[in-house]
Amino acid sequence: MVRAPRGRDGNVTTPDDEAGFEAQVAQWREFILGRRGVSAADADELESHLRDQAADLQASGLAPDEAFLVAVKRLGAQDEISREFARVHSDRLWKQLVLSGAREVDKGRPDRTRREIWIVVGLAALAALAIKLPSLVGLYMNDQFEFYARNASLFFLPSLAAYFAWKRRASGRTVGVLVASFVAGGILANAYPFASEGQTELLTALHLPIALWLVVGLAYVGGEWRSHPGRMDFIRFTGEWVIYMSLIALGGGVFTGITVGAFSLFGVDAFAFADEWLLPCGAMGAAIVAAWLVEAKQGIIENLAPVLTKIFTPLFAALLAALVVTIPLTWTGKPMDRDALIVLDLVLVLVLGLALYAISARDASDAPGLFDRLQFALVVTALVVDAFVLAGILGRIGEYGFTANRVAALGENLILLANLAWTAWLALGFLRRRRTLAATGRWQTSYVPVYLLWAVAVVALFPPIFSFA
Amino acid sequence: MYIAKDLVAASAAPMVLGILADGESYGYAILARVRVLSGGHIEWTDGLLYPLLHRLEEQGLVEATWGTAENGRKRKYYRITPRGRDSLAEHRRQWRAVTDALRETWGDVKGAAAWSARLAEGMAT
Repeated sequence: MVRAPRGRDGNVTTPDDEAGFEAQVAQWREFILGRRGVSAADADELESHLRDQAADLQASGLAPDEAFLVAVKRLGAQDEISREFARVHSDRLWKQLVLSGAREVDKGRPDRTRREIWIVVGLAALAALAIKLPSLVGLYMNDQFEFYARNASLFFLPSLAAYFAWKRRASGRTVGVLVASFVAGGILANAYPFASEGQTELLTALHLPIALWLVVGLAYVGGEWRSHPGRMDFIRFTGEWVIYMSLIALGGGVFTGITVGAFSLFGVDAFAFADEWLLPCGAMGAAIVAAWLVEAKQGIIENLAPVLTKIFTPLFAALLAALVVTIPLTWTGKPMDRDALIVLDLVLVLVLGLALYAISARDASDAPGLFDRLQFALVVTALVVDAFVLAGILGRIGEYGFTANRVAALGENLILLANLAWTAWLALGFLRRRRTLAATGRWQTSYVPVYLLWAVAVVALFPPIFSFA
Repeated sequence: MYIAKDLVAASAAPMVLGILADGESYGYAILARVRVLSGGHIEWTDGLLYPLLHRLEEQGLVEATWGTAENGRKRKYYRITPRGRDSLAEHRRQWRAVTDALRETWGDVKGAAAWSARLAEGMAT
């Protein structure tokens, strides 16, 4: 360390020293203010401490710059202090950013963070290219719609899995399982001789993404598929990814509209470009970028998601309560309409998502409150609606016989019913303070493999069983 | 003497409350007082005192006001509240129970050793 010049008696500081000290303090203050979780008042308080300490040290003979260094050292590491501040003031919006930053593996490795951007851009470009590849061999989107519907998930999910495999430093074994799963998915989607406009083809298009999404989950947890917290994180990730995708889709829609509109002013028809390139490639790339955003900006959405759940839980509870009354009143004695069943199923899936999200966003140690009662009501009414739906499906099967669609719907509703029933039971235990919220969370994470098995069964077994109809 | 981190952390809140029970103070002075009281054995990371003070403030155990120091700078002063005094009393009860139990345990070890020594002596004779 370079010693600062001292005055004649070794203790008097020169104006230069003072200016240097002030500059150092100002710089330090700027740094600590840049930390999340530290407010201006906190910085004032810490600065006051720093100056008191430095003044005492100077009084005992240290030069201003030495005193500054010692005082800063005693104050402690800035990230530790700011993390503590963030913990205390958990109401400060950015708390999770700090907390998640602390457990970030790549902390202190800016090269990896910088490289991440390029990997994300590369994988997004790869996904965008993937969807255009089939057109090279004459499979165009407008006349080969079924092919694209079956394969949609295969264009971007491999890139997404690759991103997480890289990010989590997945083992060779995990990578092997991932590659094998996507290859198997590709074979199942394309090797079967599906009948044109058949149900099994539609079921494959609907269920393959579910199965492969859970495969991405394997990459997301870095191969630790047995870990329940890992699964819960993936559930949370899924919800956040959906939110980000919706936001990007909104922006993308506006962008596309403006692009087409702007070119039409000059007599150029950009619609074909938007339709064949901008929308499909943009959507594929957005899927990767959204995942990266969720990873990078966890804090912002983690605060938005609980708010969204709080808003929509009462609304959906009201909707379901209304349905529970309406369905028996309007029942004509005939099996329920097919479209009605589909809509009801969608509502139920959304309800399950809401319940899942509420659990994943809650602090497991919290005591039950009004919101938990509301959620219990939501799950119970969902159970009743699901019973109606099941009765409707069984009625249709009894009246019109088995088809791939009806069996798939039956299986899905049974899976949903089992989940909701046990969730309701656990929630009741929680409300009566016999159980913690953690039990509900664990039940949901234990249930994830059921979805995977069912989706795989529908994709792999249904087409041959129902002779590809 | 090195004192384990957990122990330092657990004793931090009661120590701050105890110091503030003697009268209003501010961060830097509290730290100086801790150093004196512990004979220099308890070393806090200075910066971590402030989040702790804010937590106590949030819990209503202390209240804070901005004032001006002798040198004209802004300084935040902390004062213990009635609830803080209750909490301090509770802390003291708990710490006393712990230290009493520890003393008993360690006393018993000595007692048992003496007893078995006497027993061995008795059997030998």
